Amino acid sequence: MAGLSEDLQGWKEKIERYAREYGLDFFELNFEVIDYRQLNEVASYGGFPVRYPHWTHGMSFDQLSKGYTYGLSKIYEMVINNDPCYAYLMKENHLVDQKLVMCHVYGHCDFFKNNVWFSRTDRQMIDTMANHASRIRRYIGRYGLEEVEEFLDRCVSLERLIDVHSAFLSKQRTTVDETAAPEPRQAPRVRFQAKSYMESFINASAGAQEERQRRAQEEKERRPKKFPESPERDILLFLLHHAPLTRWQRDILGMIRDESYYFAPQWQTKIMNEGWASYWHSRLMTEKVLNDAEIVDFADHHSGTMGGNDSLNPYKLGLYLYRDIEERWNKGRFGSEYEDCENFKERKNWDTGAGKGRQKIFEVRTVHNDVTFIDTFLTEEFAQENRMFIYRYDLETDQYVIASREFAKIKRQLLAQLTNGGHPLISIVDADYKGHGILYLKHTYEGIPLDIEYAKATLANLCSLWGKPVCIESVYQDKPVLIEHDGKEAQFTSLDAPSSATA
Amino acid sequence: MQISRIDRDLHRFQDIVRGRIKENLRRYISHGEMIGRKGKDLVSIPVPSIDIPRFRFGPKDQAGIGFGEGAEGKPVPGQEGEGQGPAGDAPGDHVLEVELSIDELAKLMGEELELPRIEPRGKQQINSARSRYSSIHLVGPQGLRHFKRSYREALKRQLQTGAYDPLNPMVIPIRRDMRYRAPVKVQQPASNAVIIYMMDVSGSMGDEQKETVRIEAFWIDTWLKSQYQNLQTRFLIHDAVAHEVDRHTFFHTRESGGTKISSAYTMCAEIIEDEYPPSEWNIYPFHFSDGDNWGGGDTERCLALLKDTLLPTVNQFSYGQVTSTYGSGQFKRELDKQLEGADNLVTSQIDTKDDIPDSIKVFLGKGR
Repeated sequence: MAGLSEDLQGWKEKIERYAREYGLDFFELNFEVIDYRQLNEVASYGGFPVRYPHWTHGMSFDQLSKGYTYGLSKIYEMVINNDPCYAYLMKENHLVDQKLVMCHVYGHCDFFKNNVWFSRTDRQMIDTMANHASRIRRYIGRYGLEEVEEFLDRCVSLERLIDVHSAFLSKQRTTVDETAAPEPRQAPRVRFQAKSYMESFINASAGAQEERQRRAQEEKERRPKKFPESPERDILLFLLHHAPLTRWQRDILGMIRDESYYFAPQWQTKIMNEGWASYWHSRLMTEKVLNDAEIVDFADHHSGTMGGNDSLNPYKLGLYLYRDIEERWNKGRFGSEYEDCENFKERKNWDTGAGKGRQKIFEVRTVHNDVTFIDTFLTEEFAQENRMFIYRYDLETDQYVIASREFAKIKRQLLAQLTNGGHPLISIVDADYKGHGILYLKHTYEGIPLDIEYAKATLANLCSLWGKPVCIESVYQDKPVLIEHDGKEAQFTSLDAPSSATA
Repeated sequence: MQISRIDRDLHRFQDIVRGRIKENLRRYISHGEMIGRKGKDLVSIPVPSIDIPRFRFGPKDQAGIGFGEGAEGKPVPGQEGEGQGPAGDAPGDHVLEVELSIDELAKLMGEELELPRIEPRGKQQINSARSRYSSIHLVGPQGLRHFKRSYREALKRQLQTGAYDPLNPMVIPIRRDMRYRAPVKVQQPASNAVIIYMMDVSGSMGDEQKETVRIEAFWIDTWLKSQYQNLQTRFLIHDAVAHEVDRHTFFHTRESGGTKISSAYTMCAEIIEDEYPPSEWNIYPFHFSDGDNWGGGDTERCLALLKDTLLPTVNQFSYGQVTSTYGSGQFKRELDKQLEGADNLVTSQIDTKDDIPDSIKVFLGKGR
């Protein structure tokens, strides 16, 4: 690992100056030059130089290394949302690539600092991650690798079960408050004041008995009928408070949850973030940084990142949308007057010379996430111009086929795909189902079923943390179903007919 | 900043994978198609469920968004062959392919099936002499001169004669300082082995039976390869007459004639006699059939061939009887009855693919 060479340092300073001239606003940025092996290593740890030990990191390293060796994939840029920001440059890359990566990274860094969804992330995450790593290593030393690893496996399996919006709600409680655990359930002992020699007479009396019952009744009424009172999306938080965990387990679960919240804005703004960085690398490079000899290489690598027609490329979609927004606001193609205009020709040539494009895209990068970004700015014209379509898997031909080019469907599909970062929406509805302490989850079904094998295995993990059976209400083979897991096997109960079968 | 080493996590991951492979090895053995060949010494094995499970959407139930031309209902461009989905961030069927060397696979197999290492036949009898340049001579060709030793001798001589000056350390070897590498003959137990596969390809052997044989052959190859440096394989197919063929033809030929097992045994005996002197080769004939043989005394001919010619020359003769709807299974009974005392004849009955691991254990479990 090394700092920048004199040449690269010169370029860094230049690019930084250009970026500021364009109005980008970023944390201090540090570049580290590392070789491909180190880059793969850092990437396996999610970009962090120190991360808790876990075999899944080894697995991604294995895959990245193979991908690199066989020339299938190569990591171009990696940047950490931290203050100061850290980014990596691969030693083996040519100068034009290094410049491209630097420009791109300044875009990301501006996004991290200014996008509101990142505003609650831990800006000292490099230290926090290292802190987590040393705590987990200590637990491994104390309780053994197998034990801690097994628990970590389970936590990682559940890590996405958080509520990405809770960072902005007042009810968010980040620290584990031991006193927040439910109070002991038995009714408090009722005792009348009595002299010691009268004790056995007074407190055994019917009066005390009655009083005891009365208070128990009161207690019952005071308690909320449902637990939790409203569906809880932050399942990890709920487990932290209410699952029978030891101290070290609670600590680990809390760390995994913190890391998950840290990463959440990145999957909430994938299109916007990559689009923004691509927009700026392309402007900075073509307008300021490139020299004539580099233009072909740049074009080649730029088109490489924009490639892939058959799938959703966040770089491409994001970049094109920002450009579209900029053009629309430059030409005044917004507002009711434009929306209501039905003359195709007029719309096509609409230009009020508003010139608000630049201002608009900076505003967009501040307040939106992918869902609201697509919802607000994906227009029918844009979809048509870019030949967007929906594909679907066709069982008969065992292929993906183009299902539709209808704009409404495309937009709905895209939004569904982006909601909750593409993860199923799951919440706890009842933590005392049937009065047996069974954890009852509900999957908010929106047309796409769960991967059933994965769901069963995940339930098993949840069950081992909760200590009692868990179940999830979902839809399986187009029918509402309750999948219950008692730690040994999963049981399917159809929710519209009273029959059950073991899977 | 300091980068922590990934190696520990990588090794842990590899350990887990290895454990998972061992756990499922019997399944891999009976379903050989799961294992892909990668070059000469590597295999790739799909390891299921190594991934961390999460609540996620079913991969094939997902639709996605793409860009580009094409009419509705037409396949998405850029798909490769069958079942290849568009690349993207949609979760795919996540089966991890792990690469393993043949040696490692054999090791796992040996542990799982408790196979003993093969003892070289006749210990000292099969020897091959090899030259190793591990000795030093005073004379020799310049090409073999040993610089270090020569200069050491020169230095020794100069020190003895006082010609060495530490302030001007110059060492010049003369004729008698020169040392040369020289060969020594080393007797090594021969590690040549040949497997002669024979298979009945008459009409009664169906595709399923051949698949079973193919899987057995893969594991036999793997094990013997780990035991011998130089392993050759020969393939004979027979119905009423025998032919030598290559590996591919061996597993894909179908004839409709009758069955004369003796034709293959005769040919096998000829090949051994012509090309594989038992003093230099470890010989492993494997014969697979469904147990049907032509009447008219052919079985007796086979027994005679085995008793007089084959069994005395080979390490072990293995007969695997693959159950088929048409096969009578008579041949194995005959072998077992008539050649009861022959301890280098091994027979095994394979009813379904699930019997493959046990059958392999029978074949290779004697360490011969």
